[in-house]
Amino acid sequence: MTGEEAALSVSVFQRRNGFTLDVAFESDSPLTALFGPSGSGKTSVLNMIAGVSRPERGRIVVAGHVLTDTAKRIFVPPHRRRIGFVFQDAQLFPHLTVEQNIKFGRWFRRAEGHALPLDVIIEVLGIGHLLKRRPATLSGGEKHRVALARALLSSPRILLMDEPLAGLDDARRMEIMNLIERVRDEFAVPIVFVTHNLEEVRRLASRVIRIVDGHVVATGSPSDVFGT
Amino acid sequence: MLGFSPEEWTTILLSLRVATVGTLVGLPIALFAAYVLARWRFPGKVILDGILHLPLVLPPVVTGYFLLLTFGRQGVIGKALYETLGFTFSFRWTGAALACGVMGFPLMLRAIRLSFEAIDRRLETASSTLGANAWWTFLLVTMPLALPGVLVGLILCFAKALGEFGATITFVSNIPGETQTIPSAIYTYTQVPGGEFQAFRLACVSIVIAMVALILSEVLNRRIQKRIAVFE
Repeated sequence: MTGEEAALSVSVFQRRNGFTLDVAFESDSPLTALFGPSGSGKTSVLNMIAGVSRPERGRIVVAGHVLTDTAKRIFVPPHRRRIGFVFQDAQLFPHLTVEQNIKFGRWFRRAEGHALPLDVIIEVLGIGHLLKRRPATLSGGEKHRVALARALLSSPRILLMDEPLAGLDDARRMEIMNLIERVRDEFAVPIVFVTHNLEEVRRLASRVIRIVDGHVVATGSPSDVFGT
Repeated sequence: MLGFSPEEWTTILLSLRVATVGTLVGLPIALFAAYVLARWRFPGKVILDGILHLPLVLPPVVTGYFLLLTFGRQGVIGKALYETLGFTFSFRWTGAALACGVMGFPLMLRAIRLSFEAIDRRLETASSTLGANAWWTFLLVTMPLALPGVLVGLILCFAKALGEFGATITFVSNIPGETQTIPSAIYTYTQVPGGEFQAFRLACVSIVIAMVALILSEVLNRRIQKRIAVFE
């Protein structure tokens, strides 16, 4: 435990196929945006935080828990990290109903106690009428809502979202943005959000990490980074 | 019953038992090998892949001969088994099941491997971020999604095992009531004067069992296609 460390502290280095990823940042913000063009390495950083991939060198600390520290040979496997991951294309389990999907992570984390109540999440995300359905019958927006519920119910210490608004029409994007705001404000789970959309950053984020070509080029509040 | 003599019934039931045991015992091995081939990367993978598929391309007699060398009473493994456990494959129906299982194994392996490879790996990643370790992920995500392919593999292996002749007769001979399966019985009947009719009847039984297996596999295949269509 390190009292002085930020809620999220990331420092990772990776060189692969001529691409160098060298990213370091800290954040105590309720919603941190990793902003940059596609191919800049934002999703790689997210995968490293989740433990889905290992950095060549680096250290990742979430809420006082050291999850990766290559110098000390620490690498917590993804299933023990308690990190909620909302994938770009939702990645719902096709053979399970919506209800089984959202209870999947909850069951594995039952020992931790449920910080977030099932019925509240179902209500906030408006998925009560979808519970008996299969993912294949859901629209894009509905899939995102279910994926968000599933991640929240796994009692995460932090919620990672990989472009959750990409591929949605404007009406759906507004709807999901509202939901992300409510999740951010009501459930007190810090969110790290990957995007290349300026509007989303301005509306949702309190801290921006701007990444270009695998390097951090600016950090600060949206107005610091982009001007007002 | 159905005009079959008791000897013929013995042969038919023995065939079904040999094929069923050979297939079911091979299943966990095939699941593991298919998972390894579909998911892991390691040096020598091509060679392992080749060895596991050998029974598909070798002359069955050669496979039977190698079984004799390894699992026969004087074989490397067979001798140890006999001396420690008193168990032997030689001239027993268990040996026939081993030969049939080995011959059907590559077909089962291939079907299961293809169904593992068809699964979106990111679903397994999602499962791990939700707290499931590798075993739970396999049980709750990988296996249910691969299940139709596994069933097809089982049927293919069973059908192959049922028709196996060369490896079985080389390894455990052709003993009525112990190692004489339908194909070896047909062979025997064609070698004796007046056996043509019995050979014909057993051939018909073979055709019926094979057709049932094929239709079953086709029905399952359609259901997979339907499920995949629903999934997308």
